[in-house]
Amino acid sequence: MELILALGTGSLYAMGLYLLLRRSMIKLIFGFVLLGQATNLLIFTASGLTRAKPPIIEANAKILSSSAPDPLPQALILTAIVISFGILAFALVLMRRAYDITGTDDLDEMRGTDQ
Amino acid sequence: MTWLAVSPIIIPLGTGILLLLFRRLRYQKLVSMIGAVVFFVHTIVLLWHIYQTGIEVVHVGNWPAPYGITLVIDLFSAIMIAVTGFVGFNIALYALSDIDRGRNRFGFHPLMHILLMGVCGAFMTGDLFNLYVWFEVMLMSSFVLMALGGERSQLEGAVKYVSLNFIASVIFLTAIGIIYGKTGTLNLADLALKVGDNGSGPMIRSAVMMLLTAFGIKAGIFPYFFWLPASYHTPPATVSALFAGLLTKVGVYAMIRVFSLVFAGEMSGSLKPVLIIISGLTMVTGVLGAAAQFEIRKILSFHIISQIGYMTLGLALFTPLALAAAIFYLVHHIIVKTNLFLIGGLIRHIKGSYDLKKIGGLYLSNPLLAFLFLVPALSLGGIPPLSGFFAKFTIIRAGLEVESYLIVLIALAVGILTLYSMTKIWAEAFWKVDPAEKPVTKSIPIMMLLPIILMAAATIAIGFFPEPVLEISRRAADQLFNPEYYIRKVLGVY
Repeated sequence: MELILALGTGSLYAMGLYLLLRRSMIKLIFGFVLLGQATNLLIFTASGLTRAKPPIIEANAKILSSSAPDPLPQALILTAIVISFGILAFALVLMRRAYDITGTDDLDEMRGTDQ
Repeated sequence: MTWLAVSPIIIPLGTGILLLLFRRLRYQKLVSMIGAVVFFVHTIVLLWHIYQTGIEVVHVGNWPAPYGITLVIDLFSAIMIAVTGFVGFNIALYALSDIDRGRNRFGFHPLMHILLMGVCGAFMTGDLFNLYVWFEVMLMSSFVLMALGGERSQLEGAVKYVSLNFIASVIFLTAIGIIYGKTGTLNLADLALKVGDNGSGPMIRSAVMMLLTAFGIKAGIFPYFFWLPASYHTPPATVSALFAGLLTKVGVYAMIRVFSLVFAGEMSGSLKPVLIIISGLTMVTGVLGAAAQFEIRKILSFHIISQIGYMTLGLALFTPLALAAAIFYLVHHIIVKTNLFLIGGLIRHIKGSYDLKKIGGLYLSNPLLAFLFLVPALSLGGIPPLSGFFAKFTIIRAGLEVESYLIVLIALAVGILTLYSMTKIWAEAFWKVDPAEKPVTKSIPIMMLLPIILMAAATIAIGFFPEPVLEISRRAADQLFNPEYYIRKVLGVY
């Protein structure tokens, strides 16, 4: 299972980076989405996978049984999802606005501030 | 003292919320100013308290470390928070006149206070993931501040700024994932113990390099600085000054904190030459980039980069004196750089342009402003007896002590080139005859002049009485260099 997830994560990173290198703004956004998801998967995989056991404390127990997975990475991922959602929403509006004002979605045309 | 310890987060947050409730312009300015004053006073009291008693630890929600989120304020954090308070106060003051009606209506003031909250949170946290969250709080508000106003150059700058910072965040988060998978903890003190015990394998080492990249993008070190001169000059002077003073320094802070605490082993090993080379290249490229520019804010932006090189050099040399120098440099640089951007804004206010080719004659029309410019400009170049001299002097002494002569030579040469750029602004904007046919001169609003005077006074004060600041930096550096006390204090084992 780790192998499949590792391959999936790797290809998500690769695709995300490839899209970031394109000139179109909309592809940049898609690149962000893929990179964000790739990172979430990486946190999930790196912290160790356990099969079909939710991290819930049993009714008569005081602590989590040791075979249950670590719940913290899932909390981290949840936070990361929320944050990247916020940034993506902002980035979408920003790029839309930039497109309205500059009249292009080609990042190479946006050189006004580089000189 | 829990309330005092969390006040740098609570006060800007409260101010931000109040500002969202009182939308009338008059109230906005009033509440913002009161919030900034209260914030500033608290940061100073906090610094005094930490100086007297040592490290303060707050376990949020009473979850003990390393399970919950821990806020740790050691002397280094307290110094940075106090400087943030000072800068925040001055920026709030300057914003009263500089920020136009539209930007006021669309929430400049609440965003500014939330930004201050994010910066202080990043300075206080003792948890790697929490550091990421504070980074994002800070970045989100900075994204909006950057784009607020919607001018074409602002939007173009913001696209680059947002993209590069998003990539930095992704890399940071990836490193966090790897570190958590490898060690099972994210609390910095706990990490320091675990990494110290097990040594670092290839996974940890690659995570360290990712952290260097992520913090490097945020700090604007070579070769990741390109977003900085492409975006920092686009928003109004108040916003530029706030960013220039604080944001890149949060990256430097994170680097110093994480590398000196958790990866001290790496620091004395393979990371050290890498950091020294990067610092040298950062200094040189920044200062050379500035030499080619003729727009005041672009010159200053490139100088941020070259100055960042000095700070990372302080970290790279990794001796107690070098760390103290880096901290002193941070304090000096934040004040001076913010001041220079504010003066740039004032020049624009008087002459209507940032372009050095289009302006001139300011020495004749505004001698006071000319003097106020000279203070931070000469300080940036390292002229005694201003703050920059002692900052550079300490770094160079630290470099000589470990016999890194080449990097010392580079640091000295970059200092001279910095002076060249500053004299360029001086000669073009102040000295030369105004090239405009009908020179325009506007009167200076006192609210814009006051923060500049305050910060110039701080620069001179540090210059004439460097010993207290050096002493406190030295003690902060000792705490950083001997993290046992920090670790014991956080984990509660004695």
